[in-house]
Amino acid sequence: MKNNEQFNNRNVSENGYYLVDIADYPTDGWGKFKRVVQRTFRGELFVGLWVVLREMIKFDIHTVSYPEEKMPIGPRYRAVHEMKRLWESDAERCIGCGLCEKICISNCIKMDTRIDENSRKEVSEYTINLGRCIFCGYCAEVCPELAITHGGEYEQASEQREHFVDYEYMLTPLDKMKAGTQVEFEGFGAITPHEDERVKKTPLAY
Amino acid sequence: MSKITINIDGKDIQTQEGEYILNAARANDIFIPAICYLTRCSPTLACRICLVEADGKQVYACNAKAKDGMNITTSTPTIESERRAIMEVYDVNHPLQCGVCDQSGECELQNYTLEIGVDSQSYAVKDVDRSSHDWGHLHYDPGLCIVCERCVTACKDMIGDNSLKTIARGADALDAEYKENMPKDAYAMWNKLNKSVIGLTNGTDILDCTSCGECAAVCPVGALVDTDFMYKSNAWELKQIPATCGHCSAGCQITYDVKHTSIDNPENKIYRVMNEWNYVSLCGAGRYGFDYENKVTHKDEAAFANAVVALQKADTIAFTSTITNEEAYLLQKMKEKFGYKLVNSEAKSFQTFLNDYSDVSGTKLYGSDLKVTHNSNFVISVGAALKSDNPNARYALNNSMTVNKGAGLYFHPVSDPIIDGLGKSIVSVTHAPLQEEAVMYLILDLFADKSKLPSEVAEYLASFHSKKTVTVKETVKEKVVETVKEMKLNEETGLEEEVEVEKSSMVNKEVSKDVEVDENALLALVNADKKFMESLEKNLAKKDAFSLIVGPDFYTHPNAKNLARLVALVEKYSEFEVTMIPPLTNSLGVALICELDDAKGAYTVGYNVKGDFTLSALGGGDLDMPAMNQQEGTLTSINKRVNPTNAALDYKGYELNDLANALGIKADLVIEYTAKLPTAKGFKAENFDDLPNRYENDGTEVRGYVLDNVAVKVSGDETVEKYNNAKLEGTIVYIANPVRQFTEFTNKTTALSQEGGVYMSEEFLSKSDFNEGDSVRIKSANGELVVKIISDNKIAGEIALIPTYDSKINPEVLTSGYRFATASIEKV
Repeated sequence: MKNNEQFNNRNVSENGYYLVDIADYPTDGWGKFKRVVQRTFRGELFVGLWVVLREMIKFDIHTVSYPEEKMPIGPRYRAVHEMKRLWESDAERCIGCGLCEKICISNCIKMDTRIDENSRKEVSEYTINLGRCIFCGYCAEVCPELAITHGGEYEQASEQREHFVDYEYMLTPLDKMKAGTQVEFEGFGAITPHEDERVKKTPLAY
Repeated sequence: MSKITINIDGKDIQTQEGEYILNAARANDIFIPAICYLTRCSPTLACRICLVEADGKQVYACNAKAKDGMNITTSTPTIESERRAIMEVYDVNHPLQCGVCDQSGECELQNYTLEIGVDSQSYAVKDVDRSSHDWGHLHYDPGLCIVCERCVTACKDMIGDNSLKTIARGADALDAEYKENMPKDAYAMWNKLNKSVIGLTNGTDILDCTSCGECAAVCPVGALVDTDFMYKSNAWELKQIPATCGHCSAGCQITYDVKHTSIDNPENKIYRVMNEWNYVSLCGAGRYGFDYENKVTHKDEAAFANAVVALQKADTIAFTSTITNEEAYLLQKMKEKFGYKLVNSEAKSFQTFLNDYSDVSGTKLYGSDLKVTHNSNFVISVGAALKSDNPNARYALNNSMTVNKGAGLYFHPVSDPIIDGLGKSIVSVTHAPLQEEAVMYLILDLFADKSKLPSEVAEYLASFHSKKTVTVKETVKEKVVETVKEMKLNEETGLEEEVEVEKSSMVNKEVSKDVEVDENALLALVNADKKFMESLEKNLAKKDAFSLIVGPDFYTHPNAKNLARLVALVEKYSEFEVTMIPPLTNSLGVALICELDDAKGAYTVGYNVKGDFTLSALGGGDLDMPAMNQQEGTLTSINKRVNPTNAALDYKGYELNDLANALGIKADLVIEYTAKLPTAKGFKAENFDDLPNRYENDGTEVRGYVLDNVAVKVSGDETVEKYNNAKLEGTIVYIANPVRQFTEFTNKTTALSQEGGVYMSEEFLSKSDFNEGDSVRIKSANGELVVKIISDNKIAGEIALIPTYDSKINPEVLTSGYRFATASIEKV
């Protein structure tokens, strides 16, 4: 739950935004002609070329050298889905309630469920058709178990789209669980701050 | 019943005198929350949430009867606080597992918790171990159960199995302070709820009932679910296809709930069958026998060409009545065009029976339906193995007994523990096979208005009566006075002394008296119990609505004609309303639409029966046909209603209409014939797409249309043949199915598939040296059959049952039409 606060402040004006001063577009023929002449003989191309040249010989470059180097992704970024495991038992969090399947507005989630040997509901198959997914985040928001979340994996390049729809691929690997490096998603569906204070507690007779 | 006006929440509504307030409100679209109440059943008063204020007094809407001019308020602050407390109580210790619960999305606990707006909990009690049970085809989770007792009510008041009851929960008592502080009704409801869970009446952990699954259907929460459906699909993923059950003649409203088979297989699959359980109750075959579709992958052109050739060559089409009205019409058209003989023995006998009946009654069809039976209070069943011939007729009988305080008579050679278990007010009479005429004469004798009966019949009935003097032993109470010596304290002297006291006491004394009684020889003929008349007299007290159910035994009876005329006489000259059970799904429709022939010709095309060329919806024939859940069309039910049914599943092969098209009878779709069904027989010229299939809030059945009961010319001859003393004796076999089986279609389904055999009662098995699983040879005058013995505790007595649902067993070889036959049974 670290640093959640900064994302909760949605007041735009406080974050140093300003309006850009842009001249009005010409409306009459003469104005338009003047603009064409100005743009043609201004030599803006060389201004651009100069900037490139200047940056080339400078050593303090702001460009990220992708793909060797990658920008850090915001914790609420909605890229390819992940399926989380329980911290306590490493078991899959998904209970097969089917809410993600229901809420999905592009109808790309499907699941098959059945009763397992322990008489519990079990998800026998689960797919997300990422070719159709619009990454709206509803599935993560509706998930009552924080099981399906978005991850930071935004590189969707592969020979086959189907490579991304595999349940095993989405599931947190067990070695990651052992190392304790599963990262909780902090975007849609995550527990909001001060949740405990807002919950009405149920009385118990024990 | 007279019309009255009551006022609910400022709205004047019309209703019947004596109607429950809840039903009156529902019929007029006024919402009163209610959980435990089931329409058509008696009020349970478990949930108490239907509290309303009637003329300033709090009453339960489900059991308070409307009175003329009553003013009803459905919501006051007190009632609101009661309802809120009730819903909070229901949520106490209810597991928060909606995510995996099968009821989620159609759960009444979810709905009412949201409706009442429960957002916090004020009550608590320590929970006890409530682990789940597998009761066979049902799964019971007491943890989810809210003990509304709807399952118990449905099983008792509608089905009649009485398999469920409430048992002790063994929980701690509620905190004493709740009694003071809680709303009164909520506390009372909780106090009862906290003491009970649902259990089985048979004392074991496995259900032994007729397995209809109605209890799971009515369960408002996920406590009772079908084991096979458990965790298969969420309710909201299923698409409901409105249909009519195609297994028997009851024509129950159902929906096939379909969804894609799996992620890999996008083809639709039926996951379950649902019904409007407030207005219609299904049997186990209807509920669990749904996947009998004929899986055909493509159009088999070669087989189709062969079929066309076969039809050109054939002179006979043999078929069963498991077809739609439209197909029956198509067959009739083919007969008219090409002169085929249409052979369908079961529909033919029913058709003949109906015609013989019409000759006396003057109507094409019997006058009543099962709805009338539901509302009557004295029901007689004759000639039917009621629980398996038409389970809905049994429900109607049971419902009339439980809700209308009714009674009944069940005349059948096979004694039936399920019928006997319906209650004490039903009297079973086990007559010998072939004695059905005596039964009908007895009914005429007991109930017909003798002054109106044709004189010969009245005289004939009188000839069974004789006067007889019997010595009756009576117990008379007599006053006896004796003088007793007693020790008494003399108050003056303070000493005890002996005093003589006169004491009178009442003493029972037996007196013999000669009484002249009327003896009815018919009673002995039908093998009625000695106390028959006595119990009948008791059962007939305060009865005013009479209903007679006539079963398929009559249609194939050697004297069927006489029986039909007797049935018509009973309907005409007594207060009984008559309903006849058509032998198969659409026998009534086929009997009305087709001109049927008796004998086959040289070359037969069989439709769902074996022929020289076989068209089969069961698969394995020469050309595949669609099964009932893959077709659209209409089915004529026992209630004389033409019900529409829709295709739940895809069918990729050829159907009968394609064959007709190839033969020159052109129509794009078979449902084009719906509007062309013969109006002269009572059908209406209505298009298939205009036929509704639903129930209104007041229970009105808006499904298809009801056949007109066309008037028929009568000959005026109302004579009936005299009683015929022939009867079957010795070892007898009876052609009937066990519960949940009707035809090969039911047997094809995953849930109901089983191996057939000869069904013997436990009593029969214990008396003979047969054991379950033995192979026996059954030999009658007509033929013989080698089958395995199956023990069946749903029948009693010494008649063995041979089923028709197993394609490997053909019971027809044993009989000459009539469902009973004498036979010898020996081990092989």
